[in-house]
Amino acid sequence: MKLLEYESKELFRAHRIPVPPSGGVITTMAQLPAALKRAGKGPWVIKAQVLAGGRGKAGGIKLARTPAEAREAAKSILGMTLVTHQTQGQGLKVREVLIEGGAKIEREIYLSVVMDRKACGPTIIASAEGGMEIERLAAEKPEAILRQPVDPSTGLPDFAARRLAFQLGLPPQHTAGFCHLVKSLVWLFLEHDCSLVEVNPLVLTPKGLMALDGKVVTDDNALFRHPELAKRKDPELSSLEREAKKADLSYIGLDGSIGCMVNGAGLAMGTMDTIVLAGGRPANFLDVGGAANEERVTKAFQLILKDAKVKAVLVNIFGGIVKCDMIAAGILAALKKVKLRVPLVVRLQGTNVEKGRELLSQAKVNIIPAEDLWDAARKAVEVAR
Amino acid sequence: MSILLNKDSRLMVQGFTGGTGTFHSKQCLEYGTNIVAGVTPGRGGTTHLDRPVFNTVSEAVRQTGADVSLIFVPAPFAADAVLEATDAGVALAICITEGIPVLDMARVKRALDASARAGVRVRMVGPNCPGVITPGECKAGIMPGYIHKPGRIGIVSRSGTLTYEAVHQTSQQGLGQSTVVGIGGDPIAGSNFVDILELFESDPATDAVVMIGEIGGSAEEDAARFYRERMSKPVFGFIAGRSAPPGRRMGHAGAIIEGGSGTHASKVKALREAGVTVVENLNEIGATVAKALKQKASV
Repeated sequence: MKLLEYESKELFRAHRIPVPPSGGVITTMAQLPAALKRAGKGPWVIKAQVLAGGRGKAGGIKLARTPAEAREAAKSILGMTLVTHQTQGQGLKVREVLIEGGAKIEREIYLSVVMDRKACGPTIIASAEGGMEIERLAAEKPEAILRQPVDPSTGLPDFAARRLAFQLGLPPQHTAGFCHLVKSLVWLFLEHDCSLVEVNPLVLTPKGLMALDGKVVTDDNALFRHPELAKRKDPELSSLEREAKKADLSYIGLDGSIGCMVNGAGLAMGTMDTIVLAGGRPANFLDVGGAANEERVTKAFQLILKDAKVKAVLVNIFGGIVKCDMIAAGILAALKKVKLRVPLVVRLQGTNVEKGRELLSQAKVNIIPAEDLWDAARKAVEVAR
Repeated sequence: MSILLNKDSRLMVQGFTGGTGTFHSKQCLEYGTNIVAGVTPGRGGTTHLDRPVFNTVSEAVRQTGADVSLIFVPAPFAADAVLEATDAGVALAICITEGIPVLDMARVKRALDASARAGVRVRMVGPNCPGVITPGECKAGIMPGYIHKPGRIGIVSRSGTLTYEAVHQTSQQGLGQSTVVGIGGDPIAGSNFVDILELFESDPATDAVVMIGEIGGSAEEDAARFYRERMSKPVFGFIAGRSAPPGRRMGHAGAIIEGGSGTHASKVKALREAGVTVVENLNEIGATVAKALKQKASV
């Protein structure tokens, strides 16, 4: 789950990582004066709270020297639709705006802890070239990036933190502050089961180091030991995705016209890919799970059909331990509860496939049977036209 | 011959008496797998499915000589179950459990590496995988046994149902499988493609390998390098997720394009440049392998 900047900074504060004076988050203009007051004296920074990088360039972050400027900035940001290079052409509506006191910046540093799949553990990534996006930095100046693997049980030892401070070329009077900060960042990462904790930029001010921005991504698999996170509404999910999650279905909305219901995540991706290869566009990713029973199939149909873009549905099930005739019976029972407004193509394969196909063909519902996945994809593309 | 498992493998099941453990242990027994013990803390001394149940893995190993552990323990406790199997000295731990926190797996991986450095090599397969099967000899996992046929194709995959698809297609082509290994869909896995390719390369019963990857991470890129430098047997690759949007987790915790890396295009490119035959159409995996092997045989 991705946390918003202000949520990330709340965690920073709890771990005694210095952040700018906060006036809190506002959702209406009426809340602005109090927020400015809380943030202390100006200048202030007005920041759109959305889950995307590149907010500054897109007009989602503004500096205000006077209350009048702050008013103007907040007014332009609150409610705006932000399109950045990370939003894939779509706009994100800004509903929350963070008000902060400004900081006097002497230097910018990049600092993050990531779950490094290759190293099989957390790794600190740091660079004296702060403020730049790490992907760009990696492409343009890979030699400017420092990497420090971390033991997932014991955290970062002092010497490694100190070495990083020297490698970053920080003035010696800031070594202790940096060591405390980077070690705290690692603890935050370990304690909250993060997959990313990023501070970009970490700034050097006359008062010391400070996290000017913050980004935290947590591991969904670990939600069972973080009830406070599990309760949180994930701002990244669409309403359909949220509904799917409640029903324990893995669903991701896409922009095509062919709804997909598949068992298994890999096969679901493979089915989407085959649709694209056949000249169509999938409307969603949906893994109905190993036990593709009546209840789950019904819910899956309901979800898929709520998407108005859907012009055809492709069901692709590989019946393993759950046999094809059971799955066919589940599909037929589901179709009694769901009104199908578009053509349905079904490809069944696996255990008892003949029995399953026979059940479907004898039913009084209009199902287009498919021999194999390629046949299914072509038929679905055809009827979705 | 085969890799990882054969008819002499002595299996123990951790999480033996739970619902999932019971269901799949029965299926494995029906397939002919030699399950010699089960472990459920607190149920020691009883029997389940006609097999003795032990409180601890070390006791099960000592009393029954089990050398492979199949793990169905729920996610919050699964990493500890793997550590227990490692500690007891089994040769292979196969973890089926889905949803293990990534940090837990990072810790397990460190323990496995430390144990290997100390001279005790415990291999782990999974988590979040269908398991391992050597057709006709031993099934240790949740895959449907009947679609497999003894043969000479090795299969290694990050996805369960895509494995079944590849198994089914190769069986339909009259080609069977030497061993089929699901390495799982999580960001950190006990074994990666390179580990399994290495085993297939030195297995005299394997002629060719089907490798099924997906978006996310760099295990396929590593496999490409390994293939170019160290492999003589043909490898056929399929990568799922060419139509997946960046930044979203496609069901599997590990199937995500992050910061522009782990894309379908980069994996296909790496594999092709290394000389791996990459199949574009999922439907044609079996046919492509059959055709290539026939051509090779006629040369």
